[in-house]
Amino acid sequence: MVAVKTFKKGGVHPEDNKFSADKPFVKAPLPKMAIVHLTQHLGAPAKPLVKKGDKVKTGQLIAEASGFISANIHSPVTGKIMKIEKAIDASGYKKDAIFIKVDKEEIWEDGIDLTTDLVKDIPYSPQEIVEKVKKAGIVGMGGATFPTNVKLSPPPGKKAEYVIINGVECEPYLTVDHRSMLEMGHELMVGTKILMKALGVDKAIIGIENNKPDAIKHLSEIAPEYGNITIQPLKMKYPQGGEKQLINAILGREVPSGGLPIDVGVVVQNVGTTIAVYRAVTKNMPLIERTVTVSGKNFSNPSNYIVRIGTPIKELVDFAGGIPENTEKIIAGGPMTGKALSSLDVPVQKGTSGVVFFASEEAHRKPYQDCIRCARCVSVCPAGLEPYLLMSLTEHQMFDKVRKEHVTDCIECGSCSYICPTNRPLLDYIRLGKKTVMDQIRAERAKQQPKK
Amino acid sequence: MSDVLLNSVIVLGIVGSVSALILYFVAQKFKVEEDPRIDDIEEALPNANCGGCGYPGCRAFAEACAKSDNLDNLYCPVGGNDVMKKVATILGMEVQEQKRQVAVVRCAGSYDNREHHNEYEGPENCAVAHQLYGGETDCHYGCLGLADCVRACNFDALHMDKKTGLPVVNEDNCTACGACVEACPRDIIELRVLGKRDRKIFVSCINEDKGGAAKKACSVACIGCGLCYDACKFDAITMFENLAYIDDKKCVLCRACVEVCPTNAIWEVNFPPRKPKPAKKKVAAKPTANNTTPQTKEENKVINVTDLPKENTSKPDENTVENKDNKTENKEDTNSNENK
Amino acid sequence: MKENKLKLVISHSPHVHAKSSVNKIMYMVIIALLPALIVSLAYFGLGALIVTLTAVLSAVFFEWFIQKFLLKVKPTITDGSAIITGLLLAFNVPSNLPIWIIIIGSLVAIGIGKMSFGGLGNNIFNPALVGRVFLLISFPVQMTSWPTPGGQNLTKYFDATTGATPLGLIKEGVKNGETIQQLMTKLPSYWDMFIGQMGGSLGEMSALAILIGGLFLIWKKVITWHIPTSIIVTVAIFAGILHLADPTKYADPLFQLLTGGLMLGSFFMATDMVTSPMTPKGMIIFGVGIGILVVAIRVWGAYPEGMSFAILIMNAFVPLINMYSKPKLYGEVKKNGK
Repeated sequence: MVAVKTFKKGGVHPEDNKFSADKPFVKAPLPKMAIVHLTQHLGAPAKPLVKKGDKVKTGQLIAEASGFISANIHSPVTGKIMKIEKAIDASGYKKDAIFIKVDKEEIWEDGIDLTTDLVKDIPYSPQEIVEKVKKAGIVGMGGATFPTNVKLSPPPGKKAEYVIINGVECEPYLTVDHRSMLEMGHELMVGTKILMKALGVDKAIIGIENNKPDAIKHLSEIAPEYGNITIQPLKMKYPQGGEKQLINAILGREVPSGGLPIDVGVVVQNVGTTIAVYRAVTKNMPLIERTVTVSGKNFSNPSNYIVRIGTPIKELVDFAGGIPENTEKIIAGGPMTGKALSSLDVPVQKGTSGVVFFASEEAHRKPYQDCIRCARCVSVCPAGLEPYLLMSLTEHQMFDKVRKEHVTDCIECGSCSYICPTNRPLLDYIRLGKKTVMDQIRAERAKQQPKK
Repeated sequence: MSDVLLNSVIVLGIVGSVSALILYFVAQKFKVEEDPRIDDIEEALPNANCGGCGYPGCRAFAEACAKSDNLDNLYCPVGGNDVMKKVATILGMEVQEQKRQVAVVRCAGSYDNREHHNEYEGPENCAVAHQLYGGETDCHYGCLGLADCVRACNFDALHMDKKTGLPVVNEDNCTACGACVEACPRDIIELRVLGKRDRKIFVSCINEDKGGAAKKACSVACIGCGLCYDACKFDAITMFENLAYIDDKKCVLCRACVEVCPTNAIWEVNFPPRKPKPAKKKVAAKPTANNTTPQTKEENKVINVTDLPKENTSKPDENTVENKDNKTENKEDTNSNENK
Repeated sequence: MKENKLKLVISHSPHVHAKSSVNKIMYMVIIALLPALIVSLAYFGLGALIVTLTAVLSAVFFEWFIQKFLLKVKPTITDGSAIITGLLLAFNVPSNLPIWIIIIGSLVAIGIGKMSFGGLGNNIFNPALVGRVFLLISFPVQMTSWPTPGGQNLTKYFDATTGATPLGLIKEGVKNGETIQQLMTKLPSYWDMFIGQMGGSLGEMSALAILIGGLFLIWKKVITWHIPTSIIVTVAIFAGILHLADPTKYADPLFQLLTGGLMLGSFFMATDMVTSPMTPKGMIIFGVGIGILVVAIRVWGAYPEGMSFAILIMNAFVPLINMYSKPKLYGEVKKNGK
């Protein structure tokens, strides 16, 4: 029996509410109009390659990566480009998006293998693998949306030692990674081997929290067929799915402050991303669909769906059974890090892992009081920061001190706001402080550039 | 008893005198030589230490003045031209008179004009809300109403109007120090030059969405139609990203743009009301060239540009009346109670 | 496009919250104080009842009055913190203290110790101790005449018969040249002191009752073990060293731990979250400081009991302690290496 591990510093235990854990995936119908935003990833927005009136096939490249940290975007549907204009997305602002009116018949782009049988051979070199991943526009699907090909290309001088697959899914309500591990376990394994080959490592570990015993069992059974891939069960604790905490839990290493996992020889990838990598490399399938959980305490049918990118959440919700009575808040993602939606016209994007409904009893914040210095926020912060202090300094606009207090290490997990007995909006202010400090840092870097 | 008294007086007298001598010599030895004019300048300054001049405090500004060759780039917005004249006299320099500026809130999206579709819950802080999302309305450029500007003002020149949800500038108190401009995360507030008799004309909107979306979100939005641009004979208006902008240095306050704006997005402040025109027919020809004919903005004000929305919901005298209210005497207490 | 009648709430994440609240914390502390309260009623009967009720009611009243009429904010008396201040103040005074003195104590504790700093969360010093020390200095006679426990005194209030506390006896005795060994024979046994059969303020009696309450709070994660443990260990070591050096002049560690306000202070006063450090490292420094100070005051100071002063002095150092005991950063990069 493998010993159960967890990360050392901080963490909280929200109710996991995994109502949809035993619901197999259902394919959601195609939308009537796909709204595909040009920014669905960290980094520069993609540049559109199509214009109004063009006809596109499913899987066709419609926008290309512009810059080192950027990603390609492919059409998730067959149809006609109606317009390229601003549409609201989960950020709460309107951003440029390609509107595609969906045809009744689906025509796929050439070269994409639509068969579903498992392919185990990977006759590609590491560079070819990274190129295929880049071409397919794969980004981190756990929510961070960092371009995967960049993660698979460590800077010179840094070598990876381990690949860690993030099967933790610590956010309440979300069960897509759980179901993916159960239903697409073999694809996950081959995907892991592809990642190992791309990085030139021979060891991979899949971290799974022990509220998913069936996934642990299933993957432990099939892992031996695939070589050096071990399954590591983990004690339930939020935010274990954060890559820094996951690395600490599994290997005991700490990513240096201001550094990246590659600095300790690790590359972490989400389960969904790994399966997408498998499809991209073996079937030339670009990233055009993803798994989404639709759930909530007052929702009668919590389930898991496979949805085309660009499907307006309204259409997904209607298919799932409609908005439940008394709903006053709708979250894209999970309740700890997800974004509250102001409109259901927001489409499913590459990083959307869930839609959660909150009824009126749970949808509202309580008024907050002065800090009682109980230090619970300090004890739960996984980054070792002092949230009460960061909020106070930000309120008083003392951004130099905020920067000295390592605000840039904040992973925005929300544990501090979650635990605060006086309901202080700690993360609200910390985000503001972090953004202000990051802007200062960027301005300083930009000033230094001409001298180089 | 008197012995004690005598001894006390002598001892304390000696201690006091010796201390005074020591302090005097030390003060002389460690004295910092400073330009004496700096003290004079500092005294002439308002001593609000607001930073509006760009220097950290009035003393720093005084030092900068004493050190520099001319006063071209040095101006105290709080003290204004009177104080700068005094400084110039102290330094024996010339100074140019600057036009008075005030803060202008370029958003008219009140509760009446903009519908709120959702409910924000969080600290009453505009920077926090701005980072979160576009706001409770469909105009993602407009005022969030959480009063960061009001809290930033050191001169009691801003207060939040509860009825409209927008900040109001008290021009008597405003010193154009720029604190509110810095504070607004959406750059809605701008410092603009006041014309003669404290008049000004500006576009009270910074919405860059296309006309249809802008108008749908707010009934007094700038829709970027360009009519004002066409009407301006002084090249003072520029159009960019579906938005008109009036350059306060070029504007001569002729009000041609105000007359033609279909959504009443352009405000004229401190002008007398226009003389009423005789009753008009439904569709009328636009008055020719010279825009000196007085016009009223009445309900039946029409535009003869056919592809503009006909539902002219312009509220007639709102602009002229409200503008006067900008000089309102009654200041409400700002409600900065954060969500308690 | 908006949904009909659907007005969604938007806020920053996280969108869920733990069930913790200030009320819960305060009421846990009140429950933890119940064993000590029961013991005090058992030993001092009527006096304990009057003192406790007066302290609690006046503390709550003053908080309500000051908030409603002077500060003009919404009164927060339902969060339980005023009740605790009243209880702790009562536990720190003798059971025959006149009512008017108790009321003054409450006023000082709440008005000066808490409200003048800005209310809950903003005070630097433990409010109950501020009240207690004020009373001690202003009314030394009334504050240092302790009724003996049990017997007739159960039904008496200000006419109760009084006797010295063990600490008082030791202080006087050593001054008069008696040795510790001689004095210890006049004192109750260790067991008696443990369960509270000795003179003292209401809450200082039974180490056992305090221990039960304190362990309950640690179990419920309201307080952590760091402060009580560091105080007790420091006192034991410091007093132990002194006792080994000269057993005739210095009492043994166990005596120091069981007498006076040490247990009450360690578990309930020093652990007050508003006035104690924010990190485990800071808490230990804080506890060690208190331990050293309390023994020093008891042994060399003018007062027989030094717990209140020790805690108040260390309260003043808390901001400094916080500055120098920051939590360990995840992935901390040391200046001269990785």
